[in-house]
Amino acid sequence: MGEMQFLTWVRGTGLNLAISIFLLGVLVRLLEIYSLGRKKDLAEPRSVAGASGMNTVFRRSIPADGMLKNSPITYIGGYVFHIGLAIIVFLFAPHIKFFQDLLGFSWPGLPSQAVDFAAVLTIVAMLLILFDRISKPVKRYLSTFQDWFTWALTFLPVLTGWMAVQHLLLPYTTMLALHILTVELLLVFLPFTKLFHAFTVFGSRWYNGTVNGHKGVAV
Amino acid sequence: MSASLEKGVRVLKEVIDAPIASYFSSCVHCGLCAEACLFYTETGDPKYTPIHKLEPMRRLYEQEYTVLGRLKKLIGLSKAVTDAELAEWQELVYNSCTLCGRCSVVCPVGNDIVYMVRKFREGMSASGNAPVGIKGAANRTITIGSPMGVKLPAVKAQMKHVEEDYGLPIPMDAEGAEFLVMLSSMEIMNFPEYLGAIAKIMNQAGKTWTLCSTAFEATNAGMQIGNSDLARVIVSRIVEAAEKLKVKTVISPECGHAYTALRWEGANLMGRSFGFKVRHIIEVLGEFQEQGLLKTEGFETDRLTFHDPCQLARRGGVIKQQRNLLNMVSKNFVEMPDAGFMNWCCGGGGGASAIEEGEELRMEAFKKKKSQFDAVKPDRVVTACANCRIVMEEGLEHYNMNLPVVGLTEMIADHIPNPVVAKPEGN
Amino acid sequence: MAGLAQHGVSRRSFLKFCTTLASAMALPPAAGLAMAEAMAAARRPSVIWLPFQECTGCTESITRSHSPTIESLIFNVISLDYQETLMAAAGHQAEEALHQAIKDNFGKYLLIVDGSVPLGMDGAYSTIGGKSNLETLKEVAKGAAAIVAMGSCAAFGGIPKANPNPTGAVSVSDIIKDKPIVNIPGCPPIPVVMTGVLAHYLTFGSLPELDKLGRPKAFYGETIHDRCYRRAFYDQGKFAKTFDDEGARNGWCLFELGCKGPVTYNACATTKWNGGTSWPVESGHGCLGCSEPDFWDAGSFYKALSMPANPLKTVAGAAVAGAAIGVAVSFVNRAKKSAAKAAHETTTLPDLEK
Repeated sequence: MGEMQFLTWVRGTGLNLAISIFLLGVLVRLLEIYSLGRKKDLAEPRSVAGASGMNTVFRRSIPADGMLKNSPITYIGGYVFHIGLAIIVFLFAPHIKFFQDLLGFSWPGLPSQAVDFAAVLTIVAMLLILFDRISKPVKRYLSTFQDWFTWALTFLPVLTGWMAVQHLLLPYTTMLALHILTVELLLVFLPFTKLFHAFTVFGSRWYNGTVNGHKGVAV
Repeated sequence: MSASLEKGVRVLKEVIDAPIASYFSSCVHCGLCAEACLFYTETGDPKYTPIHKLEPMRRLYEQEYTVLGRLKKLIGLSKAVTDAELAEWQELVYNSCTLCGRCSVVCPVGNDIVYMVRKFREGMSASGNAPVGIKGAANRTITIGSPMGVKLPAVKAQMKHVEEDYGLPIPMDAEGAEFLVMLSSMEIMNFPEYLGAIAKIMNQAGKTWTLCSTAFEATNAGMQIGNSDLARVIVSRIVEAAEKLKVKTVISPECGHAYTALRWEGANLMGRSFGFKVRHIIEVLGEFQEQGLLKTEGFETDRLTFHDPCQLARRGGVIKQQRNLLNMVSKNFVEMPDAGFMNWCCGGGGGASAIEEGEELRMEAFKKKKSQFDAVKPDRVVTACANCRIVMEEGLEHYNMNLPVVGLTEMIADHIPNPVVAKPEGN
Repeated sequence: MAGLAQHGVSRRSFLKFCTTLASAMALPPAAGLAMAEAMAAARRPSVIWLPFQECTGCTESITRSHSPTIESLIFNVISLDYQETLMAAAGHQAEEALHQAIKDNFGKYLLIVDGSVPLGMDGAYSTIGGKSNLETLKEVAKGAAAIVAMGSCAAFGGIPKANPNPTGAVSVSDIIKDKPIVNIPGCPPIPVVMTGVLAHYLTFGSLPELDKLGRPKAFYGETIHDRCYRRAFYDQGKFAKTFDDEGARNGWCLFELGCKGPVTYNACATTKWNGGTSWPVESGHGCLGCSEPDFWDAGSFYKALSMPANPLKTVAGAAVAGAAIGVAVSFVNRAKKSAAKAAHETTTLPDLEK
């Protein structure tokens, strides 16, 4: 299969398949998780301002007292790569165009060089947290095949995208096709791995905040 | 009927809910929960990572309630949970977890790990894998009435002593009193000054109160073992008593899990809301202070610090009151690092102090508490939980530290002028 | 040179043409002179041009070569022994000319092919004088020194090969495996690219350096995107959103309007068209990618590279299926939980023991 045909396949059939599996997976997983429900809390509630599910959804993004100094790489590396990913995915003009095709609306983007900078930071941060996962005893102990696999699934789209723009290693057409392919792999596996936290983090934080908020504890 | 793996699995299937499903699906193995848990930080052993303490339950959840998990089990990619595995996990779920809840407040994806450990204990106990020490405590609580085996005659004896020492009556079974006062075995046996303190405070505030002969014990070993059926039996005694005596408020004593069991789990165990309020003694004292019903004289002179019991502060939301109270009787009150909401556990809550084989681990974990004391070098430590007091005393002794531990309620009462004997109503 | 002078091509302008060509192909300055001498001196080499399943656009394009003109080339530089559009002869005379040229120059003539070769119906979709293109190609290729596949159809199959390819069209290199082939894709190719490759061959007797797809690197070595004069706008994120909005009128990047510049290798951005007048992007239309294989099947010309090439057909269905499966699983889960609850056996103290 030639370069151009590979690119056309990942832009066409591949994309269709990947987005379909992604949507199906997300819906099944969301329903499968949240349909289990939760028993009503009959204890007399204590209402305290700032102690609620919604509050925790946002507040939990801030490290608890003393934790940042304790684990700087986890927090800083984590923030940099998440924010970097958000910038790359949502503020790069070619990507915005993709979303426009899917959703019907678009938004302004950043200059490509700013996104390039974000990509470099993201790559560095992801390598740093990989190294941290290998070297810290707790992370190494907890890690299974899935942890390494999902790291690669997330890393490769950033790397191949950046390499394509920089014209590194392989001709642009092939690099672009590889980039789109790695994105498709990420989409296909996201609902069925820990990457699904992208969706469940909101529910989890909300439940935590609600259960504790009932007691007037702001978590 | 006897405990079995099948029973345990059935119970776990029953208690797994949407929050637990969401939590397991969100964990990204970042390991931050370990950094918040004193059993990990003081031993360096990654097996004490909080989320790891739940691994059998996670696998069970996946195999029972997810499409992918069911498939994996079918084709042999996911092993079924075994009784041997649960037995292996006993140390992690009980000895190395006091339900302190620190992990739940640091998890970046919002996992409430202590919520899950509590539920995992339901399956552990139903499958016969609860530690023998807590089983003994539960046994004594249910059959005798208290985990330390304290019976009504012993309580009555203490009542008599206190009445003599303080010159105040200790009411029992007084119908229509505003407050029903609960005690913990520790207080009856080791710290009887608590009862006297209550009498003094109530007298000054002009409030009616009573003990109850059929329900004097607040400690809930059923909750510590993690079995709702047993916890319900213990709680229902208190609820019946409170309703029989028609009190407005039940006061939970200086104890951690007793408060959690009655205040937050009680109504859910009974399946209905209560017609009375439940308050921790510190909450009540805080209210009295705000209402000007608490008048103290003089101040402690030595350097004091406060240890926040996990179930009261972080898990119960009572944090400011103890500080306001302590500032009323001390001008030399210093805060330990991480005091308040993020305080480190004494290492003996949640039933851990009843587990003999867990003592070595507890002593190692105590190094964290020791480091907090070392940072402020207090003359005495004040706290509001009898179990914390005992556990800390044991730990301090182990490390050859001469540091007295005292209760807050007693300290407040010490600064109340000796009573003019006025007869409270409803006696 | 006398011949050229007769046709209004002065020595000066001829030398200029050769040096321009040489520099466009990144050849050293001396090569320009060598080209001039070779082209002026030699016995004009035989060139045979076979038209297969084509639109004649490539012939049209080469006739727009501005320097030299097609006339001067065919009168003075090469001996164009067979070219159906330009030759005076027709019918049997034309066929005779073809056979004679092959006989006289066997092994030495340059074969130019434009148009794809249909394989369907035993090749009957395209015939010349009753013979299928397939048969003709195989026969004439035997005596060719080298083959130039002119245009995207000959190079890659082109428009006839586009989905669903009803004639079974294939490229020249799909048929001929034993001769040096240079692909000059484009729909059509740039005039000076065509003449430049011919000039190279005539001067050096060999084909210029080729890329993986057999295209001369001198003209197809860079993407349009990397040489585009509007690149700065791409980098700044300034895109025309419609064909006559503010951005379009300011000459902003046409990526969002479907420009395939980033994945297209050709010389349009540097060499341009119509004697350097302009080229598609400069005229306000995105690159179609016409020098790439299967560009007709690469999705809409007006959808950006980062947009799906085809409509996402199964996505809506997948969402419905996901919701349905999810609801079904919910019922099963809840039933399981209720069953566990219903089967609850109250734990008493003895039940704590195994």
